[in-house]
Amino acid sequence: MGDSRDAKRVRNRLALRDAALNLDLDLSRRDVLKIAGYGSLAAFIAACGGGTTTNTSITATGGKMSLGSYNTDPGSKAGTQAIVDAFAAANGGTKVTLNTVDHGTFQNQISSYLQGTPEDAFTWFSGHRMRFFASKGLATPINDVWDAVKSNYTAGFGASVKGDDGNVYAIPTDYYPWAIFYRKDVWAAHGYSIPADWDAFKALCQKMKGDGLIPIAFADKDGWPAQGTFDILNLRLNGYDFHTQLLTGKQKWTDPRVTAVYKKWSEITQYYSPAFAGLTWEQGADQLLRKQAGMYLLGLFVSDEFKASGSAADLDQLDFFPFPNVGSQYDAEKALDAPIDVYMLTKKSPTLSANLGQAKAFMEFVSKGSTQVLYWKSAPGSIPTANDADTSQFPALTKKAVQIVSGAQRITQYFDRDSRPDFSGPNGMQGFLLKFLSNPSGDTTSLQGQMQAFWDSLPPE
Amino acid sequence: MSVMASTAPRTAVRRASRRIKPARVILHGFLIAMVALWLFPLFWAVFASLRPYGDTVLHGYLSWPANGLSFINYQTVWTQAEIPYYYLNTLVIVIPGVIFTLLLASMVAFCCTQFSWRFNLIVLMLFTAGNLLPPQVIIVPLYWIYLNTPIAMLGSIDIGNFSFAIFSDNNLLYDQYIGVILIHVVFQTGFATFVLANYMKTITKEITESALVDGANVFRIWWSVILPLCRPALAAMATLLFTFMYNDFFWALVLLSHGNKRPITSALNNLQGEFLINYNLIAAGALLACLPPIIVYILLQRQFVAGLTLGSTKG
Amino acid sequence: MANTTTSLAPARAKKEPEAGALVIRRKRRYTLLTRHDRILIALMVGVPLTLDLLLIWGPTLASVGLSFTNWQNIGPITGKNWVGFKNYQFLFTGYTLFWPAFTHNLIWLAWLTLIATPLGMFFAVLLDREMRGTRIYQSVFFLPVVLSLVVVGFIWDLQFAPTDGFINNVLGTAKSANLIDWLGNPRINLFSVLIAASWRHIGYIMILYLAGLKSVDPSLREAAKVDGATEVRTFFNVVLPVMAPINVIIVVVTAIEALRAFDIAFIINQGKNGLELLSILIYNNSISEASLVGFGSAIAVILLLVSLVPIVAFLSRVMRTLA
Repeated sequence: MGDSRDAKRVRNRLALRDAALNLDLDLSRRDVLKIAGYGSLAAFIAACGGGTTTNTSITATGGKMSLGSYNTDPGSKAGTQAIVDAFAAANGGTKVTLNTVDHGTFQNQISSYLQGTPEDAFTWFSGHRMRFFASKGLATPINDVWDAVKSNYTAGFGASVKGDDGNVYAIPTDYYPWAIFYRKDVWAAHGYSIPADWDAFKALCQKMKGDGLIPIAFADKDGWPAQGTFDILNLRLNGYDFHTQLLTGKQKWTDPRVTAVYKKWSEITQYYSPAFAGLTWEQGADQLLRKQAGMYLLGLFVSDEFKASGSAADLDQLDFFPFPNVGSQYDAEKALDAPIDVYMLTKKSPTLSANLGQAKAFMEFVSKGSTQVLYWKSAPGSIPTANDADTSQFPALTKKAVQIVSGAQRITQYFDRDSRPDFSGPNGMQGFLLKFLSNPSGDTTSLQGQMQAFWDSLPPE
Repeated sequence: MSVMASTAPRTAVRRASRRIKPARVILHGFLIAMVALWLFPLFWAVFASLRPYGDTVLHGYLSWPANGLSFINYQTVWTQAEIPYYYLNTLVIVIPGVIFTLLLASMVAFCCTQFSWRFNLIVLMLFTAGNLLPPQVIIVPLYWIYLNTPIAMLGSIDIGNFSFAIFSDNNLLYDQYIGVILIHVVFQTGFATFVLANYMKTITKEITESALVDGANVFRIWWSVILPLCRPALAAMATLLFTFMYNDFFWALVLLSHGNKRPITSALNNLQGEFLINYNLIAAGALLACLPPIIVYILLQRQFVAGLTLGSTKG
Repeated sequence: MANTTTSLAPARAKKEPEAGALVIRRKRRYTLLTRHDRILIALMVGVPLTLDLLLIWGPTLASVGLSFTNWQNIGPITGKNWVGFKNYQFLFTGYTLFWPAFTHNLIWLAWLTLIATPLGMFFAVLLDREMRGTRIYQSVFFLPVVLSLVVVGFIWDLQFAPTDGFINNVLGTAKSANLIDWLGNPRINLFSVLIAASWRHIGYIMILYLAGLKSVDPSLREAAKVDGATEVRTFFNVVLPVMAPINVIIVVVTAIEALRAFDIAFIINQGKNGLELLSILIYNNSISEASLVGFGSAIAVILLLVSLVPIVAFLSRVMRTLA
C-alpha cells in the first residue's frame, strides 16, 4: 500500500545519521529496509559492506540457521523435518535449529513473535497478512533469491509473494484448493451427476433431500468454514476485484452486491446439516464419510479426516468438483480459494545477519520441486507449487486439484488470510456470518450495516 | 455438665451404630448418585481415549469400538509426543514456583500478622488484590517488560535434550523458564499470602515475642518457629498452588516462544494440526497430563481441609 | 542489641497479656526488634512487594494507559496513537458485542450465586460429619478442579455434541426433527457452558466451605443438639452466623470467578455466537492475531473496575479480620 510510515521515518533518521557520519552511501529502498532492522552502528556498517555489492553469492553453505515452524501434526511435522534434513545434506551440513509451535498459537502470537526474538526463517501463508507484516518492516525482502528461482513458478504464484512495495518477501511451497467434495459410491448409487449451473445445483440438493441425505454438509462451530462459502459466492457473483477490495475495506459491506451474495446464499441454507453451529468441520466430514451427507464445500484437507478413519476404501471414494457456475459474467474467471503456504525470512532475528547466506540458501532449497514433493510425501494434502515438481506420483485426487487450480484465472487466499484478522476473527466476521446463518432468509440490511460499522471502527492498520 | 455433654453424644453414637439410621442410608444413596453423576463425564472421556480415532470417525462415539479398547493413543502420546520430556518442563516450572511462592508468601504473612506497623494492611491488600485481577489485564505490558529486561547468561544445566538456562539463554527474561516461574510466583503470592495470613493470625504473638526475647532474629523465627507451625496450611497451599500452576497454559503460551520449552498443558496443543484435531489422542494426552495433580492431591489430602481452615481453634 | 537492653528490662516486667495493655504491648514489640531485625523485615516484605508492583500493578497501570491509545502492538507507541476516550465511546455505543458479553457475565454471576455456590455449600454441609467415605466423596467432587482445561473441554464436547454427543442420544433429541444444539444455539449454549463450569465450581466451593465448617467450634453444635434443634435449624441459626467471615469469602470468590470466566467458553468455540464474555473479548482483541491492544485494554479496564467491587468488599473484610 505504498510507502509505510515506518520506512519513511527510518529513512529520515538514517539520512540525519548519514549527514552526521559523512558516509556517502547509495542507499536503495531495499537497503533501507534491511538496515532498519539492525540496532547497532556496527551491524549497520557490516550490512553496508555485504549488502550492495553484486560479486558475492547470496547463499552460503555450512554454518547454521534457525527455522520457526507451525507444522505440528505428525504428517507435516515429519515433512518439515525431512526438508530440514535434506537441506543439511545438500548445503554442506548446515545445522538447522527447528522450533515447532502449534499452528493456532503461532498465528495468534505472530505479531509479538516477529518483533521479539524470532528465528531466521518462518512458515507463513500468502495474502494480506503476508503483505501486512512486510509493510511493517518485519520481514526481509528476498528479491535476489526470487530472481534465481522465479522461472520455476507460474505468474499466479509469482503474484502471491510480492509485498505492497513490489519487493518479494516469500517463497511459495504448497497449496490446496477449496471445492465441493462428494462420495463416488453414494452418487453412483443414487444416480447423481455433477451440476453444471446454479439451478441444477439446487435441483440436486432437492433430490438428495428427498433421498434422505443431508444435501450439503455444513459445520460452523469453529466459525471459519462459513467464510469459504462466502468467498466463493462473492467471487462468482461480483468478481475477484470486488472481493479483494471488499475484504480490505475499499468497498462497503452495505453495497447491494453484498446483499445479492447473502440472498443467493439463503437459497441453499435449507439444505445444510441441522445444528451446524455446534458441529466441527471434522464432524461435517464424518457426515460425508458415513454416507449421511451428499456434498461438502471444504478444502482438500477433508481428505485428512478420510485418511484418519483408517479405511482406504472410503478414501478412494472421495472426489470433488468445482463450484458450479452461478450465471454471472465472473464465472469465466473460475476463481476459487486456494491458500498458499510460504516460507519467509524475519527481520528481527538476532542471528539473521550472521546466517543470512544459509537462510537464503534454505529459501532457494524449498523452492525446488524435489523438496516440495519430499514434503508432500508426508503431508499429502499440501500440493507442491513448483513447476518442476514430479507429479507422476500424485493420486488422481491430487492431479485433479492441480488441474482445477491451474485452470483458474484468479486465486484467493481465503477470507481470514485476505483480510485483517481483527475483522475476520471470532468476534468479527465469524460471529456476523453465524448471525446471518441463524436467519438466512431474513433481511440482512441491518446486519450488513453492523459489519460496515465494525470495519469503520477498526484503527488504521 | 460437660461430662454429661460428652457422654450423651457418645452413647447416642453407640446406639446409632447398632441401628442403621434411614437418614444415613438416604444420605449415602444421594451422595453415591452424585458421585456417579460427577464421574460419568470423565469416564466417557476415558472411554473415548481408549479408542483409535479412525474408529470414532467411522462409527461415532456412542458405539463399542470395532476392535475392542486399545491403548494406541496412550502409546502414541508417550512416544511420539515425547510426554516424559514435557513432564520435566512442567516440573522445572511448577516445583520452584510452588516453593518460592510459599517462601515469599509466608514471609509476608509472617511480617504482617506477627508485627504491626503502619502499612501492614495496605501491603496485605495489595498482594491479595493482585491475585484477583484477571490475567488478561496485564499480559501485553508484561510481555514487553519481559522482552526488555536484561538477564545475565551464566551457562546452563543440560540433561540430554533438556536444557535449563542459568538464568537466560538469550539475555532476556522472555522465553525463559525463569520468566514463567517468576510470573507464577508473583501472581500466586497474593492468594497464598491471604490464606497463610489467616492461618498465622491464630498463632499467638507470644511465641514470636518469646523467641525474640531469647535472642533469635526474625528470619530464624520465621524459619524455625512459624513455618513448622503452619505445616497444614503450607501443605494445603502446596496442593492448590501445584494445581493452579500445573494447569496454567496461559502464561506459558505467551511468555515462551520455543515449543520445546512448554509445560505439558500447553504442549498438548502440539498434538493438534493446522486443521485436523485427533480428539481421542489429545484426550489421552490430557488425561495423562492430569495425573500428577491428582496424585499430589491424594497424597496431601489429609492436610488439605485442615490447612485451609481459617481461624481454627488452637491445637 | 546494645541499644535495646535498657528498654528490655522494664519491658520484661510488664509482660502480662492484658487487653488493656494492648497499646503498651505494641510499642514494646517494636523495641524488641533490633535494627538487624527491622532490615530483615523490610527485606522479607519489600522484595515480594517490589516484584508484585513491578510485574502486576505496573502492567495494570500500563494497560490503563494503553486503553487511551489505538496501538496495535507493532512498532513504538507514538503521540499519534493517542485517542483519548474514543475506545470507551465505541465500546459503550458502537461495539455490538460489549453489552451481550456483559450480560453473559451477569448471567454467569446469577447462576453461580443462585445455583452453583449454594450446591457447593450444601455438599460441604452434607460431608461435614463423621461418616465413612467422606474423604472419597470430597476427592470426587474436587476432581474436576484438578483437571486441566483441555480435558474439561473435550469432556463436555463429548456430552453436548448435537448428533454424536451423549446427552442428545440419551434424551432422544439427536434426530433432525427435534435436535437440540447445546453448543451452537446462542440462546442455550451459555447454559450448557454454565453446567460445565458448575461441575468445577461446586467442588471448589465445597472445599472452601468445608474448611470453614471444620473451624466452627464443635461445642456450639453440641449445645444446639442438646437443646433439641434439628440439623437444619442448627445450621441456619447457629453455624451460619458464626461462619460470617467464610461466607463473605465464598461470595467474593463466586463474584470473582464469574467475572474471570474464560476457560470453558473459550475452548468450546472461542467465545462467539452466544458465548461472548468480557475476558474473552479482551483476549480476542489484544492477545490474538488481531492485536487491537488499545481497544482490548479498554475492555480490560472496564473488567478491572467491575472486579474492584468484590475485591474492595473482600479487602474490607480482610481488614476487619486481621486488624
